[in-house]
This record gives sequence, C-alpha cells and structure tokens, in this order.
Amino acid sequence: MAILEANNIKAGYGETEILHGVYIKVNKGEIVSIIGPNGAGKSTLIKTIFGILKPTKGKIILDDQDITGLNPDKIVREGMCYVPQTENVFPSLTVEENLEMGAFIRNDDYRGRIKEIYEIFPDLKQKRRQRVGKLSGGQSQMVAMGRALMLDPKVLLLDEPSASLAPNLVEMIFEKIVEINKSGVAILIVEQNARVALKLSDRGYILAMGRNRFEDTGEALLNNEEVGKLYLGG
Amino acid sequence: MEQLVESISKIPQLIVYGIISGSILTLGAVGLSLTYKILNFANFAHGDVMALGAFFALASLTFLRWLGVSATPFGSLSFGFPMIIAFIIAILLTAVTVIIIDRILYKKLRKTGRIILLVASVGVALSLRNIIQFIWGPDPQYYFKKIQIAKKILGIRIKPDEILIIGIAVLLVLLLHLFLQYTKMGKAMRATSDNMELARVTGIDTDKIIIWTWVIGSALAAVGGILVGIENKFITPELGWQLLLPIFAAVILGGIGNPYGAMAGAMIIGLSEEISTAFISTAYKPAVAFIILVIVLLFKPKGLFGGK
Amino acid sequence: MENLVGILNYLVFFAITAGIYAVLCLGLNIHWGYTGLLNIGIAGFYAVGAYTSALLSGPPPGAMDLRIFGGFELPFVVGLLGAAVVSGIIAFLIGIPTLRLREDYLAIATIGIAETIRLILKNADWLTNSVWGIKHIPSPLFDPIQSGISGFLKDYPNIPQWLKSLISNGYNWFYLILILAILALIYIVSERIVRSPWGRVLRAIREDEDMAAMSGKNIFWFKMQSLVLGAMIVGMGGSLYAHYAKFIDANTFEPFYGTFLIWVMLIAGGSGNNKGAILGAFVIWGIWAGTDFFSGYLALSGIRVASLRVIAIGILLELILLYRPQGILGEEKRVSKMIKD
Repeated sequence: MAILEANNIKAGYGETEILHGVYIKVNKGEIVSIIGPNGAGKSTLIKTIFGILKPTKGKIILDDQDITGLNPDKIVREGMCYVPQTENVFPSLTVEENLEMGAFIRNDDYRGRIKEIYEIFPDLKQKRRQRVGKLSGGQSQMVAMGRALMLDPKVLLLDEPSASLAPNLVEMIFEKIVEINKSGVAILIVEQNARVALKLSDRGYILAMGRNRFEDTGEALLNNEEVGKLYLGG
Repeated sequence: MEQLVESISKIPQLIVYGIISGSILTLGAVGLSLTYKILNFANFAHGDVMALGAFFALASLTFLRWLGVSATPFGSLSFGFPMIIAFIIAILLTAVTVIIIDRILYKKLRKTGRIILLVASVGVALSLRNIIQFIWGPDPQYYFKKIQIAKKILGIRIKPDEILIIGIAVLLVLLLHLFLQYTKMGKAMRATSDNMELARVTGIDTDKIIIWTWVIGSALAAVGGILVGIENKFITPELGWQLLLPIFAAVILGGIGNPYGAMAGAMIIGLSEEISTAFISTAYKPAVAFIILVIVLLFKPKGLFGGK
Repeated sequence: MENLVGILNYLVFFAITAGIYAVLCLGLNIHWGYTGLLNIGIAGFYAVGAYTSALLSGPPPGAMDLRIFGGFELPFVVGLLGAAVVSGIIAFLIGIPTLRLREDYLAIATIGIAETIRLILKNADWLTNSVWGIKHIPSPLFDPIQSGISGFLKDYPNIPQWLKSLISNGYNWFYLILILAILALIYIVSERIVRSPWGRVLRAIREDEDMAAMSGKNIFWFKMQSLVLGAMIVGMGGSLYAHYAKFIDANTFEPFYGTFLIWVMLIAGGSGNNKGAILGAFVIWGIWAGTDFFSGYLALSGIRVASLRVIAIGILLELILLYRPQGILGEEKRVSKMIKD
C-alpha cells in the first residue's frame, strides 16, 4: 500500500532540467533510500516531493491525495515532513522551542508529543533549554529530526541525515531512524552513505543523471555486484 | 584647562539628555532591527515612518481639539487624554499604511533582492516625507505650546515628560521581549528571523510573520515619532531623515536582528551624541553617529552583540 | 516666430541642465551600473566638485563674506580639472574604510558620508560661506562672448525682435555646446574603459564578487579605481553646474537633487548602459520640467507644489522598479563573466 508515490517527475532549476522523468514509491511503514552519485538529482527529487520546487511534469500522491504543486506549508498539513540537509534548525532558539516550532500548525496541546520526542532522543531532554546553536552536530541533527516529527507525519523526508557527522554519530542517527520507523512513520532517505542506508532500508532506488537506474530491496541492492561496483564504491 | 573642566562638568546633564535621546532612538532602532533581519533588507523609509506616526498623532490631536475634547494634562505632564487617543490612532494608521506599502510594493520586489528593495525604500522615504510636507507644509507643527518646567533631581534637570519617555521606551522593549520569548507568534518570529526558508518548511505561515513584523516595527516607530514631538514640542517633516542615520548606526552597532542590541546601540549613540556637545560644536552632532557607524562597520560589522 | 525662439531658448536652458545631469549619471553608472557600488551619497562628490571649482575659479571673498579662503580666479579649465581631482581624492579617502563593506552597509555609509560632507560645507564657513554661498562664479568665456553679443546687437539695432531674443541668449548656446562636448568626451572615454579588460573585471565584480575574487584579482583596487573614476566624473558635473548657476550654497546639493534624482535617471534609462544614463537624464529631467508646467495650473503654494513633484518622481521610481527595472534601454548585452586579460 503506497503512502507516497511520485510518477514521471520532471523538475529542475530555471532552464536546467535535472530530473528527466523519475519514479519512486514508498509503502506504508517502509524505509526507502534514494542513492546515487553526486548530481544525480537526489536532493532535487526530495525538494520537488516536498513542494520547495515545482515539477514541470509528473504527479506526486500522498496517501491518495494529489499534492503536486502544493507549497510546503500545505504539504506539512497533509502529513509529510522534511528535514533539510543543512541549516535545518533554528540556532537562536532552544531545543524545546525548536520542537515547538515543529508543532506550529497544531492548535491542540502538543506537550505530550514533546515528551514522546524526548523518549526517542533522551539526550535532548537534558539540553532542552539550551540554544541549539551551541549544540554539537549530532545533537543538532536530532533536534532537526525531532522537530519534523512533532506533527506525527505519515511520511518523513530526510535529506542526507548523516552528512557532516562523525562516523560514530552516523551509526547513532541511523539507529534513531530505525526506531522512528518502528513507530509507524514511513521514511524516505536521500543518502550519500549508500551502504549504511541500504542496510536498513526495505527498498532502495538508485538514481543517476536524473533517471532511475535500479530499484530493488535494500538487501538485493547491497548484494548486486554491478550496483556495488558502480555506486557503492566497490 | 578651565574649558576642559567646564566641559566635563556638563557631562552628567548630558548623560541624562543622552538617555532621553537614546530612548527615542531605541524605538526606531528596535523596529528597524526586526524588519532588517526578518525581511532581509535595509529599510531606508523607517525614519519617515516615525515621522508619519508623529503627524498622524498631530492630526488626531487637531481633530480631538476641534471636537472639543478636554485636554487637561495629566499631573505635571504636557498632555492629557487626547494624546492617549492620538497614540492609538497614530499606531493604527501607521501600521495600516506600512502594510499597504508592503503589499503593493515590497512584496512584489522581494524576489528581486535586497538592493532593489533598498532603492525602492529610498523612494518610499522621499514620498512619505513629501506627502507630509504637502499636507502640513515644511514649518514646525506644535503638539502643545506650554513650556514645561524641568524638575531638578540630584542636580540634574529633567522634565516629567522626559521621565515618561524613558519609561515608555523601557516598557515597550520589555513588552517586546516578553512577546518574543513567551508567545507562539513571538517564537515563530525569532525562528523566521533565524531562517525564513526553514520556517516555511516547518509549516510556519511566513507571510503572517512578515505582516506581524511590519506591524510591530511600524508601531514602535510611530510611538518613537510621537515621543520626538513630545520631547521637542514640535515636529517637522524632516524629523525622519534626521533620525535615520543614528538609527541605522544603532541597529548595526547592536547587531542586526537583536532587539536588545538595538536598544543598547541606541543608548550608546544617544549618549555619544549628547556628550560630544561638551567638546565639539552641536552642529556636528549628526556626524558623531556616523563616525561610530563607520568604526563599527570597519571593526565589528556584526555588531557589538553579534547579529543573529 | 517669437514663440518659436522663446521655446528654443527654453530648450537650451533645459538641455544644459539635462546635460549636467547626464554627466552625473555617467559617473554614477561607473559606480553602480558597472561595479555594483551602491553609492547613495553622490551628492557629496557633486558638492565637493562644485565647491572646488568655485573656489579655484571664483572671485575672492567679498567684504561681507564669512569665508576667508579661496577665490583664485583661475581659468575655468583649472576649476573643472581641479574639481575632478579633489573629488577623486575624497573618493579615495572614503574608499579606504568603506569599499570592503557589503552593498547595503556601503549604501548606509555613503549616505553618512554625504551628510557629513554637507555638514562640513555648511559649517566651515571660513571656506564655503555656509548658507550664504559663493556668488558670481564666472562662466567660461562669458565676458568675451557677452560683449561680442552686445556689440553685435548695438551695431544692428534693426534686426527683427525674434532674432534679437535668439542672439541675446547666445552665451547659453555656447555653454550648451561646451557641456555636450564634455559629455561626449566623458561618454567616449567611459565606453572605451568599460569595454576594456578592466571593465570586464568590474562587470564580473558586479555579477558575483566571490567568483571574481577567486580568479585572483585584487577586488578592492578595482572597486577603488571605479569609485575614484566615477567620483571624478561627478565632480566635473559639479563644476559644470557651479559655473552655470553662478551661485552655490550649502543647501544646493541636498539629497533629492543631488542624489535621488540622479538614481531615478540612471534606473529609468538603464543602469549598466552609458547611452541609457544619458537618455535617462534627459527623459527624467524632461518629466521633472513637465511637472513644473502642470504645477502652474494648480493653485498651490510653491513649496506644496514642489512636494507634489517629488512625490510624482518617487512614484515613478517605484513603477519603474516594479514594471521595467532594466530601464528604457536595458543593460547592454553582458560581457562574458569569465575574467580575461
């Protein structure tokens, strides 16, 4: 059962088309990774899905709703949240205030949800009154993800969650991602760190030059020799 | 030597004048700091928005006088009930005017970048100034005629109005602080000030934030303009332009986007300007703010307290 | 025929002022159009140029004057070149602290500088005579030409009235030609410079300063050269104005006439385009003069009318920014972003 589906997406910046008809699907409760070389269009795809960029062609469907062309603030209301790769927290706000911003469009009492977020990220609870700008990279990334989870999204989009993190933190972040997924959130990850991502993904897509190249389960892609040579660094 | 001693003896009184002047500058600077950060451009019309507020108040006072509303002053202040009404009307009208200008002009230019917005705001500044001059003429317009007697506290002369001015500035900055720290909209404004794109991604209605920013900025500006009128007894269409440079200096000194920095910057500018008159001719007072500005831009462009 | 001559005489007067503004626009074009320097303080250089020229070529202080310095009565050319040199020096001094600033900070700084210059000019009455100004600034070759004209009119008293009007205005025709010649010269030099490798660097700086810096060019010095060159041109404009108006004071170069109007002219004509700069000057000055005609029909006081005219220009600027920001002629086809030598 597909919770998110993007069909035949063409998109780009100005006159340059980056995506030439890309397709991905995320089923309920799945972790799906998009990997591929630099310039393949991975980030462009995620930004298009989230409405930051508008596709010139194609459709994006979230839980049976056509969200093609909608702006991010509407998509967020439909149940999909996004964590950008960089500058993904509000540095002058505290940890707790960042989470509060995540719940901005909610009119109900979201304090329960904040407690739940602290259960997923216990480190954050101690630091909740600290300005996020003073936190380490790993903690900052957790705040970014926590913020996106405040709305209990159906789908969580993560743009290179491990970028700029030290190797031991990469493992930690991916553990958190699995934990979040267990609570029922479907997760679509764009990742440079292909091996680690595929290891925990149900399925994966390999993008290159703005087109789909491979699609399979995470495990199958890992074991695929050709894929290994071309995209996983041998 | 004698002259130096004489100059130094003037300083305590000048400090008081500096705090009064700084209080008025604070109201302009805090508003400008917010709009500069959140809307991401230097609004050269901000001074003339202060003038607009001052003249809207003048119009209200004139209208209330015509209606025959009693204008008995409160205690030893220069003004009475009509001024309260004038404040409210001026704030409302100024905020509405500024929002209209945003909708018909700035909003459409936002995608072209901060430089075009800056140039456009210069046009707005000149237009506002001349609309005021067209309606009221270039001569000073008086809020009230009676001269207020200064009180002497600890050897310093200060008028009751001036104590109020300082009080209003402090109160408004405090209220702003509470708003930014403890309300949802205030936090969203701080978030947008950090990163507007991320705020949008988070689901914050950034257009609403922009309107709130204009409202708060222009309301503070309007109050500041009216206080100029209360302090000087009169206002002229030029008052905005005269305040613009010191206000920009204060904003940059305090770090763009930092309201408390803006207040500190305003106080420093106000004090520097006033104290300088003990040593150099008053004619050069405006240059003091400018010199401070250049020094800050050269050595600490992010401001003393670091812009956010 | 009478009316025709009257109109013609007015047009000469119009063209002289527009020509002076065209010179100022060419100067600003080097700053903003080609290098992206947001100089909102041109009035400062304009004033410096005018005062320098007035002090070099003007009459010595009179008995009633506050000023005690200057008035060397040197030839016009000295005044003109002196204006350029002094403006250039002031630009250099200003550039040292300010050229590293980012654009909006530079804008704020330049306003401050212009205001400070204005303050100094207003208060250094030993130099400038403050608001009482410098009077009787001589126009170049005025005496010879004027006496030639008077002589001619005396010798031929029976020529038709319209011819008399035309010839009486003869000096202004001369001054117009002088201005147009200087304008053409500045235009040609400016065009040459802009198409040179140096000019390409300026354009690259305007487009993307970081990229330009990466190619190893000393950005600061390019900006400085641009600042000084533009300032020199603006200073010359000031000189041309002083010798035409024959009187300047501390209030002549206030922000509207000295800075804002020139910006509107450049934007209207097309920034980054020397032809646009000149065209913009004439068009906007035409509109400005046009509002003068219309205001004659309004039963309002002079100052109120002046305000309306300024508001009209302000609105015109906003309309241009909204609907045709590239100006009438638009920017010239871009020279390659790559810095070649």
